[in-house]
Amino acid sequence: MIHRKLSIVTATGLIAASAFLGATPAHAEPTSETEPPVVELVLDVSGSMKAADIDGQTRMTVAKRAFNEVVDALPETTQLGIRVLGATYGGDNKRLGCKDTQQIVAVGPVNRVAAKNAIASLKPTGFTPIGLALRETAKDLEGTGSARRIVLITDGEDTCTPPDPCDVARELAAQGTDLVVDTLGLAPDEKTRKQLVCISQATGGTYAAAQSEEELTDRIKQLVDRAAVPPPVTPATVQGAKDCATAPLLAAGVYTDRELIGEHRFYRVAVDAGRELRASVSISLDRPLNRDYGVLVKAATVDGRELVRGLDAASGRSDVVSAGLRWSGDEEPALAATSDICLVVSNSFASATAAGAPGMPVELSIDLVEASQAPDAPGLGRGFLLLFVLAIAGLVAGVLAGWLTRWWVATWREN
Amino acid sequence: MRKLLGLAVLGMVLLPAASAFAADPTDGPTPLQSITSAGTSFLTAVAIAPEQQVKVSAVTGDYLYWQFPATAGQRPELTIDVALPATGRSGDHSWTVEVFDGLRRRQACVGGEQSPVAKTTDTTLQLGCRLRQVRSWAEPWDGDPLPGTYYVRLSSTELPEKDLGLPLDVTLALKSPTGDTGADQGELAAPLVPNNQPGKLLASAAPTTSVEPEEESSFDFSMDWLPDFSSRWVWTVAGGFIAAVTGLIGFSWTRRRRRV
Repeated sequence: MIHRKLSIVTATGLIAASAFLGATPAHAEPTSETEPPVVELVLDVSGSMKAADIDGQTRMTVAKRAFNEVVDALPETTQLGIRVLGATYGGDNKRLGCKDTQQIVAVGPVNRVAAKNAIASLKPTGFTPIGLALRETAKDLEGTGSARRIVLITDGEDTCTPPDPCDVARELAAQGTDLVVDTLGLAPDEKTRKQLVCISQATGGTYAAAQSEEELTDRIKQLVDRAAVPPPVTPATVQGAKDCATAPLLAAGVYTDRELIGEHRFYRVAVDAGRELRASVSISLDRPLNRDYGVLVKAATVDGRELVRGLDAASGRSDVVSAGLRWSGDEEPALAATSDICLVVSNSFASATAAGAPGMPVELSIDLVEASQAPDAPGLGRGFLLLFVLAIAGLVAGVLAGWLTRWWVATWREN
Repeated sequence: MRKLLGLAVLGMVLLPAASAFAADPTDGPTPLQSITSAGTSFLTAVAIAPEQQVKVSAVTGDYLYWQFPATAGQRPELTIDVALPATGRSGDHSWTVEVFDGLRRRQACVGGEQSPVAKTTDTTLQLGCRLRQVRSWAEPWDGDPLPGTYYVRLSSTELPEKDLGLPLDVTLALKSPTGDTGADQGELAAPLVPNNQPGKLLASAAPTTSVEPEEESSFDFSMDWLPDFSSRWVWTVAGGFIAAVTGLIGFSWTRRRRRV
């Protein structure tokens, strides 16, 4: 008995401690083993950069100064590369001009002097093959780093379409799991802006316009700093199936997949007795979509009986729409033993322009934790009614005790 | 002996609770480092804490993500000030601040201006969101706010396409006052904190022999016995005192009658 009580005491203390500790750290991520992230700046050195419309100076001069400042301020750990496009071919032959892109600083720890010399020698010259430059940059970054970011800086739209650089970006994003393109427009016109917004949206990046040198420098620095922070996890790639029987069996962790508009994707998770399944699904809106949309994630048994669903819908501009669910078998004795649970991810997107493009990026996060027990009725009370009832009960007990004592004393004295 | 042990158990429960009140993170004079960045997705959301200064430069059209932890009984409240771009705006901008829990489920704002519209002439914009009180437990199919991580997303939902990419500044303030937890029953076994580890494909139904449950079940057993410190303890103990006092009064009534 004593042992049992003591174990309760220690258990209570442990739980209290873990409750307070457990809530504060956001997550214990295994960052130590991941590689540092890499970033490559892609600068447009096409003929249009000669235009002198930023604070009275040419776009090229401003861009060069901004690059020098960024290189000076680079953190030591940053793995950076620089690629240019339209820098060497000054002729009119489109076929040749559209192959004009070179990497002037290889990806790695930056040699400041070499990088600055390479930047200083640039002269605005040729065409603007953005699509090709993106492809080549993706090749430069292949197999390196845990997260790969491209910062594209340009003042004009692609003069080498087809291929449309936006399609190229979507295709590159669909190949790798972790390529993000941030775009920066230098005094952009409408066409350039639309193209850059499309590229950044397709890869989950950001778009910004720079009208002055200060804006340009600040934004590049911000993007490079952001790229230097590794994401907490590199999601594993998975391919959901068309039905539950063939669905991949997933352990706890973060996954990435692609889902077409209107497609259903199935995954399986083994949930032991006494465990709770937690799943969240995010679908990135990587293309122009009709105004209203939604995402649905359902947990079902293998034979198709729905257990619980999570859903969210929204409208207007957004980068991602997500839903989540919790499920534990405790409430379902028939399912309490180890059973496979099917997760079905579906969406209600509609797109007029890019419905046939590769699927939209899905991020699936699965966790299995100890199931929480439904609480019993409260062991303690509160409120004035409780006080009143206790007071009356005390009064009645006191009177009864008094009478009993009187009766007992009387009979004892008589005897 | 049993009484003594019972007292010891009560002490063990009351002490950590009391120390938790004393060690409230908001009362310390240690100034928290100010935050100057925001994430661009749920995974890269930047962690912030209550009373921490957050000032970020961004551009129109950015999606800014932050995350903060919350425990049962707290009522997190966000106040966001946006210094809008001074030039270059051509129309109204609709803004929104959204809060999601650790499972990325949307949480309702019960106070504050969640989705204001900035007119072309406005120079600043204020957004706010107060969450419901965080519960200590909820049914799995329920959307109540639970202890764990919360995500904040600030974005503009409607704006003219040509206004994208203009520079602006965002200031965010988070307050998490703690309310009374006594209204709640039950305990969430694990807070809603995302499990950020790379996923693993299993070949087949791997026999995950879980050794923990036996150990865990004794944990739950003990929690059923003793609730955390809350106002219920005060009410119940006060009720016991009142009952004892009225008991004595009742007893004295019978004795007085006997004497007279």
